[in-house]
Amino acid sequence: MKIAVCIKRVPDTETRVKVGGDGVSIDEAGVKFILNPYDEFAVEEALQRREEGGEVVVVTVGPDAAAETIRTALAMGADRGVLLKTDKIPADALAIAKALAAELKDGGYDLILFGKIAVDDYNHSVGTMTAELLGMPCVSAAVKLTVDGRRLTAEREVEGGIEVMECEVPAVITCDKGLNNPRYPALKGIMAAKKKPIETKPAALGAVRLTLKTLGLPPERKEGRIVGEGVAAIPELLRLLRQEAKVL
Amino acid sequence: MANVLAVIEQKDGTVKKSGREVIAVAKQIAGSLGGSVDALTLDASGAAALAASVTAHVKQGGYAAVVLAASSTGKDLGPRLAVRLDAPLLMDVTAIGVDGGRITASRPVYAGKAIQQIVADAPLTIVAIRPNTFTADTGEVKTSAASAATGSSTVKEVKAGGQGVLDVGEASIVVSGGRGMKGPEHFHLIEDLAKAFGNAAVGASRAVVDAGWRPHGEQVGQTGKTVSPQLYIAVGISGAIQHLAGMRTAKVIVAINKDRDAPIFKVADYGIVGDAFEIVPRLTEEVRKLRAEH
Repeated sequence: MKIAVCIKRVPDTETRVKVGGDGVSIDEAGVKFILNPYDEFAVEEALQRREEGGEVVVVTVGPDAAAETIRTALAMGADRGVLLKTDKIPADALAIAKALAAELKDGGYDLILFGKIAVDDYNHSVGTMTAELLGMPCVSAAVKLTVDGRRLTAEREVEGGIEVMECEVPAVITCDKGLNNPRYPALKGIMAAKKKPIETKPAALGAVRLTLKTLGLPPERKEGRIVGEGVAAIPELLRLLRQEAKVL
Repeated sequence: MANVLAVIEQKDGTVKKSGREVIAVAKQIAGSLGGSVDALTLDASGAAALAASVTAHVKQGGYAAVVLAASSTGKDLGPRLAVRLDAPLLMDVTAIGVDGGRITASRPVYAGKAIQQIVADAPLTIVAIRPNTFTADTGEVKTSAASAATGSSTVKEVKAGGQGVLDVGEASIVVSGGRGMKGPEHFHLIEDLAKAFGNAAVGASRAVVDAGWRPHGEQVGQTGKTVSPQLYIAVGISGAIQHLAGMRTAKVIVAINKDRDAPIFKVADYGIVGDAFEIVPRLTEEVRKLRAEH
């Protein structure tokens, strides 16, 4: 099976966001960048499904520094990387999906995996869009995946239940937490990753029709208060919830 | 063309609350553009099958915008419509406007640590709005139903969650437990409190999900769900930055924690310092009494 995993370089989830000088992106000074946590599930799933003679190719759209993120996936065990280079990742998910689809369409992949969401821009879109552009079936936010011959079954969580989806491979799956437990790169893997090939080429982005005007911080919540200590504070809490906050 | 299509979800023949929110936003956009609103109802799940029908409807109607909910169906359907209609998609929108004929939106990024202001420059824009954020429309709207064609992926079955289990992303009250609950065997206290409210969902911190105490579907935070309930009660959750990102847009936050210096108290409207194992059962009892009176 030939598997592509589309990944993204994102700021660590522990990052305290500050707005950068351009007013539309974050101040990257001192920010640690990581492999998007949901993409770890995608890489792990691909590695577990790689059979004898199979290949796992990691693809990303991003700046030069995204090569390091590819290295993380290679250290986990992927075979090679493709960096579709752009200095600025556009706000328009469709423009990104078009670049990925252009790269993937003649790749002969049986399975194309994504994380269900990138924890920076929260678009929840690029994987599903890429599938549609490629004319492949897609299951988004999968928590369980089985492939039996050409038949693929996947489960996704929806409000109040689980949808069991069926389709044929080649297919696109976006991976949710719960699908597997991603491995940590071992020292041997990290050393091996240094020798694995990364091909860099310009990203063939689609038309960008969404423009960022501003990036702002959310309004600070007003200073709260400690109502009291222990069970003695419960009556006052309930009074405040009913009479002041009016939520009960 | 300045008309707007509202794509609304139904369950058992009734428009979901998110559907009424979608109608409200569609009316707002149509009002600014000088157009009117049509509504299309979705009964079945399975975005692949619905996408074709919605796409055909949009092409026929010649709309300036399509509005839907950023629910689990909407998050799957929105990107499909964007490709089929070659239109930009504004996902998980929390505020909407029209500026010089162009649709503008606010959307939280970095799990709510920052808010983007974004403007769309296209003849047709798809807008997926975050549930529980906009005021629902209560008026009558003429609707037609979308038919589900056969898609390239099909829903084989839908396994229901536990009876009466509310999704943490949809509930108007969320009671969440963290490491302070000391083990999965104590989470019945959280479940009981949620039940006492009658319409509350159970949430969990990343630490307890990673430890396997709770299912990942309950996780609130940057690598879990972002929630905006009317009331969020955090029990035994210290308030790591990635958790706060997922719940800071709740209308009212209550924190119960042993540690007076826990960061959760910085964002909580009301805090009680003390032992969750004493406070939560008593609070459950009092909430039950309160609800029995009303």
